[in-house]
Amino acid sequence: MIPAELKESLQKHIASIDHPRELVVDVMFAVQDYYGYLNDEAVEEVAELLDMSPVEVEQLATFYTFIYREPVGKYVIHVCDSLVCWMEGHESLLDRLIGKLGINLGETTPDGMFSLLPVCCIGYCDRAPAIMINKKVYGPLTIDTLDDILEKLRAEA
Amino acid sequence: MMHYPQVLFQNRKPDRIATLEEYRQSGGYQALADVIRNYTSKKVQEVLVDAILLGRGGAAFPAGRKLMTVADEAPYPRYIVCNADEMEPGTFKDRVMIHADPHMIIEGMVIDAYGAKAEKGIIFIRPEYESAARILEREIEIARKEGFLGKNILGSDFNFDIAVHRSAGRYICGEVTAQLNALMGKRANPQQPPPYPTEKGLWNLPTVLQNVETLANIPHIIKNGAEWYKSLALTESGAGTKLFSVSGKVNNPGCFELPMGIKLSEIIEIHAGGMTEGSEYKACLPGGASTRFLPREFYDIELDFDTLRDVGHRLGTGAIMVFDQKTCLVAATLNLVEFFARESCGWCTPCREGLPYIRDLLRRLERGQGEEEYIPMLQQMSKHLWSAYCAFAPGAVSPVESLVTYFEDEIREHISQKQCPFK
Repeated sequence: MIPAELKESLQKHIASIDHPRELVVDVMFAVQDYYGYLNDEAVEEVAELLDMSPVEVEQLATFYTFIYREPVGKYVIHVCDSLVCWMEGHESLLDRLIGKLGINLGETTPDGMFSLLPVCCIGYCDRAPAIMINKKVYGPLTIDTLDDILEKLRAEA
Repeated sequence: MMHYPQVLFQNRKPDRIATLEEYRQSGGYQALADVIRNYTSKKVQEVLVDAILLGRGGAAFPAGRKLMTVADEAPYPRYIVCNADEMEPGTFKDRVMIHADPHMIIEGMVIDAYGAKAEKGIIFIRPEYESAARILEREIEIARKEGFLGKNILGSDFNFDIAVHRSAGRYICGEVTAQLNALMGKRANPQQPPPYPTEKGLWNLPTVLQNVETLANIPHIIKNGAEWYKSLALTESGAGTKLFSVSGKVNNPGCFELPMGIKLSEIIEIHAGGMTEGSEYKACLPGGASTRFLPREFYDIELDFDTLRDVGHRLGTGAIMVFDQKTCLVAATLNLVEFFARESCGWCTPCREGLPYIRDLLRRLERGQGEEEYIPMLQQMSKHLWSAYCAFAPGAVSPVESLVTYFEDEIREHISQKQCPFK
């Protein structure tokens, strides 16, 4: 269960809006932030808050890129695989990430530190090849600068 | 280098946004004050029509005409939605625009609202642009404190306020009717008009949806007039400036504000710093992933919506992705179709089934397992995509169709050599 404090603040926000369903993405994000991902219990809680059925929330939760129905690592690495990043060397970045982290796309490292996911054009084509880590953009990257970023994140964790 | 007038980017700085103070010093919010004192909503619509302001999100629909489709007797409250869900591959102009001068967008939105007699505004923004969402929220609050937003704007009886709506990320949300469903907390499937959103949009109320760049143009058109706006373009058929996002095999990728009608070759050679060392121009996609490859024969074409349409192409979002002679366009098209197949909402059959089919053909071709008969199959399946439910699908096959039109030889080399000739 989400803490009472979070629930109350969400309820307050929802009550202030003409059409509460407009807030469903915000509520999913808030509940996801608490659990780390949107688990089954979270789907039901979101549904209850917004007077929706769990299946209505589920079809949104599984639709959106940034809602996670499975546990993810402390750092979620989104690797842009659209055209410009592809042209500028996305594949070698991805190979490096897979090699270094020992996981494939869609997986999380056993220590719960990193998840690796593909993402569509993130709108930083002028800085290709680019990736996002917890929604922060890094680019243009080389294998070396990518290694440095991973080392730094591990050291900070 | 040729320097052109900077209108949307006049206050652009390398490392931060223009503050409200700076925006006002450049004449910001004067247009709004003038509109509120001296304009009817009809007059706002007419000026935008006269200026030939065409939607910058890719569809090039006349912004003033869109306002006119809101009927006089239409119900209230009416909505203005600013589409900042910029997700067309290659396109990053709206991100740059928001990070350059957020108040220009806010002012444009308020004037647009005045033209539609709308009182509710929503900025729909993709999650990858979280910093832009925060900037907008902060600057909206500042504008509200100054009386440019909220109740009784600048002392008048006109009320309009803006909320920022964060999306959770999906390409189809950029499509108008899908975006409205997303806003209403539904799965973002497109809906086929009629009714049009300006008649029955959000919660069945009139809703005018405009792109970030389109809105940013509005204050300048009001301030300087339709004739001035048209005169900014280098071509007779164009009007205004355009934010071009340039990427790929050029030395200086970036977003440039240039006159409509500028030559493609000038953008590449001058503004984007020329092709990278050892690269020669082979083709570009002129307006994002859902436009057609422009081969060498169009290298000197003047870019505006009409000039491209006249040769069977589209300017789209003006996102120019440049390919050189070493880039395999079969592989590039495969990358685009992978993107479209992943992002298809899956609602209608031609798109849901057709894109994976095309992807499979292109994968085989790229791996050297292609057959001669795949070429007509690509054409036929692309044609089927035109009967899909929304504009997404015809856009998705634009690169495929133009690959066959202009680069059939390259496909054939993959077949005859039984491998990708670029590897």
